[in-house]
Amino acid sequence: MEKVLLLTRREISSYFVSPIAYVAMALFLVISGFFFALADFRPGQPAAMRSIFDVMMVILVFVIPIVTMRCLSEERRSGTLETLLTAPVTDTQVVLAKFLGSWLFYLAMLAPTLLYLVLLAAFGNPEYGPVASGYVGLALLGMLYVAIGVFASSLTSNQVIAAVTGFVILVVLAMLAPWTASVVPAPWRQIVREASVRTHYTDFSQGVVDLVHVVYFVALSAYALFLTVKALESRRWR
Amino acid sequence: MGAMIEVQNLSKWYGKTLALDGASFSVEKDQIVGFLGPNWAGKSTTLRILTGFLPATSGEARVNGHDVLVESLAVRSAVGYMPENVPLYPEMRVEEYLRFRAGLKDVPAKDRPAAVDRVIERCWLRDVRRRLVGQLSKGFRQRVGLAEALIADPPVLILDEPTIGLDPAQIQEVRHLIKSLGEKHTVLLSSHMLTEVEKTCSHVVIVAQGRIVKTGSLEEMRKGLGEQRIVLEVRAPSGRAGEGPAEMARAVGQVAGVTDVRRDELGDGWQQFVVTPAAGADPREGLYKVVAQRGWTLRELRRQMETLEGLYMQITAGDAAAAAKSAA
Repeated sequence: MEKVLLLTRREISSYFVSPIAYVAMALFLVISGFFFALADFRPGQPAAMRSIFDVMMVILVFVIPIVTMRCLSEERRSGTLETLLTAPVTDTQVVLAKFLGSWLFYLAMLAPTLLYLVLLAAFGNPEYGPVASGYVGLALLGMLYVAIGVFASSLTSNQVIAAVTGFVILVVLAMLAPWTASVVPAPWRQIVREASVRTHYTDFSQGVVDLVHVVYFVALSAYALFLTVKALESRRWR
Repeated sequence: MGAMIEVQNLSKWYGKTLALDGASFSVEKDQIVGFLGPNWAGKSTTLRILTGFLPATSGEARVNGHDVLVESLAVRSAVGYMPENVPLYPEMRVEEYLRFRAGLKDVPAKDRPAAVDRVIERCWLRDVRRRLVGQLSKGFRQRVGLAEALIADPPVLILDEPTIGLDPAQIQEVRHLIKSLGEKHTVLLSSHMLTEVEKTCSHVVIVAQGRIVKTGSLEEMRKGLGEQRIVLEVRAPSGRAGEGPAEMARAVGQVAGVTDVRRDELGDGWQQFVVTPAAGADPREGLYKVVAQRGWTLRELRRQMETLEGLYMQITAGDAAAAAKSAA
């Protein structure tokens, strides 16, 4: 565990010196601020953050792959993966640290959005419950997206390919699946619906924290990280 | 105490390419061993297997008594590894990077500053300790890589081409450093240059086309070469009967202790004879007498030793099988 923390710390500090991470962060804040101003922060609307929470599901599909794309692919490209994996650390520790570092960076990226809450409180009387559950949802959503981004990054030494791969997986999971559920025949409908991110995400912004949804995000993230470990190990049998 | 590094019948296939073919060798404690071979001979592959980065397709390797596959973590703790081209994180500072690596290699938190200071002194990094790794020149990067390998004071050091890309002064420094390491560490370094290995190592493992061609101490190897030739360059006075090149060669061949003569025309009447003496014989005196008797003009008579360089060239020329035979 001590090594995971050590690696995580290095990961985070490398994020904060990387221009791409700042670009992604700026992109995220501009787009989400735009939607907040348009949808939530208007006279006559309830003082809530529902729309912004819901639209985050889509914004992050574009932003997170850009954040995570370099985390393993860059190590592979520059050869530091070799120094890293010949140190006395396990592949699992490395993957866990990569994930934690990216996820913590994502949470730091979310922090400025608390300003929206301050604005709402200044001009209205927001309900804090749904906002809190909405942030829980965002944290879990980010966990899944980051895990998938890290997985995509473990597959290639090219950052662009890593970003696109992550983006495609997320598009299928978050945007295509709800639509697919409406067109496939009945027995499949339920399965596709349950696999889709939207089904499990939207409840959070309405103030509901359902254990089923939490399990969905945690389990799927864990699976993505498991695949990442396998992808790293694949150098052993390729 | 057994060997620090023991490799037995190691093979590695990359898909359908055989990179390493039944390699076996061992490195004793506190030896500096050069792993010598041309590019693509399987040097890096072997080192990667030893450091646990890649598994072998078949065969066994043990480092510091631990199996590289089954006890990979124990092996990695015992090894300081500097991969080829020294990959480093460009966004970290030298000091910061070394401290990070010390932590990864289980140096206790309270000992880390001292460990960092020690390797910074040892690898002459004091002037750049606060600099970003990405801004360092090749020579400094190489030293950072070496410092990193040394940080946890491991019993075994594995260095892949440690002096490649350095300027002559830096090469001297790094060689000197590696030699001084040999007192307390077992060092296996790879190189494709014989001079490199001759300057730093006591033992050598020569590899070509994925096969170990020759192993042993450099000294033994020099002795084992032994085979010498004698080169004789003479000219017979022109126009004298019975002194054609063929007769001259026959005369040289009849000298006691000569087993074989090869003749070359050098032009202008000069003949070069390359004489292979019988084992232990020294026909130089006999050769001189023949020359004097017949009244030939002598311009050269010298002994030519077969060199390691020559042997190595033979191997790198792709003649691995022949070299193995002549070595046996």
